[in-house]
Amino acid sequence: MKIDSIDPRVNRLELDAEHTYEDHVLQTEDHFQTYQVFHQKKRGDKHICVGIVHAPSDEMALVFAKEQYARRGETVNLWVVNTRHVLAMDYEDTDIFSTTTEKTYRDPAGYKVNDRIEAYKKAQIDV
Amino acid sequence: MFDPKTTAALKKMLLVHADDHLILGHRNSEWTGLGPILEEDIAFSSIAQDKIGHALGLYSILHEHLGEADPDTVAFMRNEQEFFCAQLVEHPIGAYDFSLMRHFLFDHAAQFRFDAWSLSAYEPLAKLSRKIKGEIKYHVFHADSWVRQLATEGNEESKARMQSALNEVFPLALGLFESMESEALLTAAGITPSENELREKWLAHIDGLLTKWGLKLPDLRATQAILGGRQGYHTKYLQPLLEEMTEVFRVDPSAEW
Repeated sequence: MKIDSIDPRVNRLELDAEHTYEDHVLQTEDHFQTYQVFHQKKRGDKHICVGIVHAPSDEMALVFAKEQYARRGETVNLWVVNTRHVLAMDYEDTDIFSTTTEKTYRDPAGYKVNDRIEAYKKAQIDV
Repeated sequence: MFDPKTTAALKKMLLVHADDHLILGHRNSEWTGLGPILEEDIAFSSIAQDKIGHALGLYSILHEHLGEADPDTVAFMRNEQEFFCAQLVEHPIGAYDFSLMRHFLFDHAAQFRFDAWSLSAYEPLAKLSRKIKGEIKYHVFHADSWVRQLATEGNEESKARMQSALNEVFPLALGLFESMESEALLTAAGITPSENELREKWLAHIDGLLTKWGLKLPDLRATQAILGGRQGYHTKYLQPLLEEMTEVFRVDPSAEW
């Protein structure tokens, strides 16, 4: 028994009604690498990471990235970077980012001029 | 603008290439939802949609400048003998190697053709050709990347399948350059280069690429080009495609969409 679908594309495949996807065991070569896609909207803008594509090579990653992330809207350029080239922190090490001691002198809010800025802003609103 | 005979030849030429793009676009859209991987499914479907857009551009010139019926009527209301697409584009999608090789050979031909047309003496055609240049550039980039990948970076099977697809598609692809009786009028008016000139440029270019990737273009002298499409002679595959493509439209041709 073949699958009888209202979709002619499915019927063309002549799939057995009993077909199961367990018939297909993934081989190593079925696994493509992932690439991070960076999208640039205008010349001079930063490229912004917008997601990933799976691809067998650098060039094919660029081919796929174009349709995944740049087929609508404005784009002037794309980068793809193989995910294995990204060196990342561990989430276990997030504590690296926490500040324990009082360091308000590093914070622009700590500058004395801030009082004058606030006063100026307030004056603008009052007008 | 042109004399009546040249205008008739121009209409036929536009119809020929609109039909090529419509039928190939429809064929390639049959991969939607079935592509080998998600990313490729989206890319190939999008390319198929572009092809239908290019067909629409050509049918629109016929309608807006040359007095033919509107694009939907021309695309959906003709019978098989009134289509002038090359037999290459009507063949079923086959396996992905066949579809990719057809895409590669077709899009390189389309790129030479539209590049030449961007300088055509017929301004509406020149304008359309300039407008779709970027899309065709992507189609060629996509086709080249795939064929190169499978021929040089895949395995023995992928390489063998690219070569056998090439052997199968090449005689059909030569049919894209089937010359028409009225061609001399068009070249004399500066509307288009001759089919022979386009074919020679295309051959030299694809031969260079394929050789670099370790594939071999079949010997031209031993190859019989598959012709007839430009005169309305088609394979058994076109009629079922037309029936499927026009099924909804024909229920009520006057419906507003």
